Amino acid sequence: MKAYDIVIIGGGPAGLAAAASARRSGVTSILILERDKELGGILNQCIHNGFGLHTFKEELTGPEYAARFIEQVKELGIEYQLNTMVMDISHDKVVTAMNREEGMFAIQAKAVILAMGCRERSRGALNIPGYRPAGIYSAGTAQRLVNREGYLPGRQVVILGSGDIGLIMARRMTFEGANVKVVAELMPYSGGLKRNIVQCLDDYGIPLKLSHTVVEIRGKERLTGITIAQVDGRGKPIPGTEEDYDCDTLLLSVGLIPENELSRGAGVDISPVTSGPVVNESLETNIEGVFACGNVLHVHDLVDFVSEEAGAAGKNAADYVRGLRKNCSGNEIQMNPVEGVRYTVPSTIRPDQMDDKLTVRFRVGGVYKNCYISVYFDDERVMRRKRPVVAPGEMEEIKLEKAKLLEYPDLKTITIKIEEA
Amino acid sequence: MYDVIIIGAGVSGAAAARELSRYQVRACVLEKEEDVCCGTSKANSAIVHAGYDAANGSLMAKLNVEGNKMMSKLSKELDFEFIQNGSLVVCTDEESRPGLQELLERGVKNGVEGLRIIEREELVLMEPNISDQAVAALYAPTGGIVCPFNLNIALAENAYTNGVEFCFNTQVEGIERIKGGFRLKTNKGDVETKCVVNAAGVYADQIHNMVADEPITIIPRRGDYCLLDQTAGKHVTRTIFALPGKYGKGILVSPTVHGNLIVGPTAIDIEDKEGTNTTRTGLDQVIEKCANTVKNVPMRQVITSFAGLRAHEEGHEFIIKELPEAPGFVDCAGIESPGLTSSPAIGCMVADIVKGILDLKENPNFVGSRKGILNPETLSMEERNELIKKQPAYGNIICRCEMVTEGEILDAIHRPLGAKSLDGVKRRTRAGMGRCQAGFCSPRTMEILSRELSLDRMEITKCGGESKIVVGTNKDRI
Repeated sequence: MKAYDIVIIGGGPAGLAAAASARRSGVTSILILERDKELGGILNQCIHNGFGLHTFKEELTGPEYAARFIEQVKELGIEYQLNTMVMDISHDKVVTAMNREEGMFAIQAKAVILAMGCRERSRGALNIPGYRPAGIYSAGTAQRLVNREGYLPGRQVVILGSGDIGLIMARRMTFEGANVKVVAELMPYSGGLKRNIVQCLDDYGIPLKLSHTVVEIRGKERLTGITIAQVDGRGKPIPGTEEDYDCDTLLLSVGLIPENELSRGAGVDISPVTSGPVVNESLETNIEGVFACGNVLHVHDLVDFVSEEAGAAGKNAADYVRGLRKNCSGNEIQMNPVEGVRYTVPSTIRPDQMDDKLTVRFRVGGVYKNCYISVYFDDERVMRRKRPVVAPGEMEEIKLEKAKLLEYPDLKTITIKIEEA
Repeated sequence: MYDVIIIGAGVSGAAAARELSRYQVRACVLEKEEDVCCGTSKANSAIVHAGYDAANGSLMAKLNVEGNKMMSKLSKELDFEFIQNGSLVVCTDEESRPGLQELLERGVKNGVEGLRIIEREELVLMEPNISDQAVAALYAPTGGIVCPFNLNIALAENAYTNGVEFCFNTQVEGIERIKGGFRLKTNKGDVETKCVVNAAGVYADQIHNMVADEPITIIPRRGDYCLLDQTAGKHVTRTIFALPGKYGKGILVSPTVHGNLIVGPTAIDIEDKEGTNTTRTGLDQVIEKCANTVKNVPMRQVITSFAGLRAHEEGHEFIIKELPEAPGFVDCAGIESPGLTSSPAIGCMVADIVKGILDLKENPNFVGSRKGILNPETLSMEERNELIKKQPAYGNIICRCEMVTEGEILDAIHRPLGAKSLDGVKRRTRAGMGRCQAGFCSPRTMEILSRELSLDRMEITKCGGESKIVVGTNKDRI
């Protein structure tokens, strides 16, 4: 059996950044397994700009951003295999993969980094009634058809869901000659970044209808039209508010789901809130030596933060492989997201294992204006940050300092919550 | 002139074609869609019923029990998925208990083997997720589940291999009687035949009424279903029916042969024979009513919903016979549930009738077995690597949810009556049938179809006709 110190599952932004970081942290035996024909993952179809503002202080397209990391991986001499699908990861870190040339083969890893990304929620998962004609695509599938293959999925377009890919595709379809009639969003707020609403909808006069959903799909062979309706506070369509749209295309941008089938197979505990692995401060799962980062861990909105998180996972995996981790003396602090905070990554923190500074990322469950993000160490409030607005579409973060945590040796719980001003 | 033309390549038409191919016969199947298994046969509960439901002495009862008994052997001969998982009819209130006894007695009279009534204690051991209201159940160990697509496809492929012709996208628009037979007017021109088998599903009334003195009416009875992810597939192990009672006809909950969970159907009579649209009311009924027999069905795991049309005839009985006023015209109409179960027996019965009319001789070259598309997951790692060495396409995963390889898709396209569309590939290989519902694999499958069939990407369809996946190229109209 082949053996590597670190096997990274996925050669997208998370896998690439994790690999580069692990190499720089002193591990040379690293293998990236990528199922597509090139490295870069979903960035290869994200040809719009706006990537890298945090990491490189410039605006790059998706492929350009990916190229920076691909170059690093190549310069560092990190091995990778393309067109290779990972079929299974075992509890004891045997990775089984398959490709055309080698068939199925097993690799023994000392550490595994999960970086498989996410997939789009489909029409079926929404249970939208109606026919099942051609012309209904998840926004990312349409993005691939247009941006990588040069084909137009349709000409008269309605978009359901205002996630970032949907917003980006509203603009892209307009550029390519399609007529985007409306974007309907079930929630009373958009799931996408504010800048995308301005730059992709407002600039092109595309209406965004909040608290609306698709209630009917028409067309036996190819889509011929849909009906949208306003929804009440519980998301139920309000009779009498229906509006018909003639269209040949419905794009769905209704949520991303971390792709954790392999993780589950290995026995990794999955959070019901994020659908990603439950991890500690080292981004390590319940299985020792199995780490996770990027969209497989929790869905990000900016790739810069994926790279940053993956860098940490790569370094932690390297430390693990090199035996640099200190023996854990025991204190494990539970993160406690409540009152508007849906989850945190990580879920637990062992102060003696953490770096001097630790980023805790989270999302809120609704739109809150003029509020505070508050952090409590057990019952004591230790941090309170004023925010004009927080929304589910934008990931939040706080930084914890090791020195500060060590001042509280008996600390059990860190609570993060939204408090009214 | 053909000896026999079968109208419809659903499971009844395909079964009749396969049984007729045992004889020396010039036979042709006309199908209005682009593929086999495009109507009622593709959208149903995929259940092999035990046979306690149909009225004593009915043709439905006879063919149900016969079909059930034939299914296991047939599944081996023709290589399609069939699992005899058993079924339970669950009674949820004491007052309805006599209904169980009635079903049991009817079943025994119909010739169903192994039926027995079990009490709550045993029921809970068998199915831990059974409703807290369940008091007893009728257990039918001969009940089963089948892949409806591969049953239909296997029958058709085997018929084709044994010499039956198939014409797709061919719709029968009129039937004239001519000397010694019939002239069928189709959108592709006229064809003549000595015998006609009317296996046109929800359209069987229209075909029947073209020649018969007494018209029949087939009412499309819509059934809405939800299909759940494989993570929910073990929620029950047997097929759970509700005892018809104060809630009306219930919703079944069953595992599928592919490890998903299926929940449905509703029963709504409609007029449109193409009305396969689900409705909010229908889906809500499915979601609500399934809780009567099974608790905590994880409806958040729904990956798709769909509706199928049962070909319901007022008399609720299979109509399989030669029309006395039109010798040579054989109806195979009103084939609603348990039609899928009965299909092997229906095929035999239709073939017998046609054989009697035409005095057919046996086909000495008939081959009764067929090999399905190889599922590499059934191989050991060594066997699999041997296969990939010979055919590298088996090392290339196209559908990540169902782990379908390019090799399987190539087989689906190039085998007899091969796939021509995304849905054709899906029904044969399961590519696109998983939890992402083809989001990942559809551009990849399109590329393979386009390459293998030498078609432009813009010609590739979801299911034939105008169901094109892409309509142009970027900026082509700017």
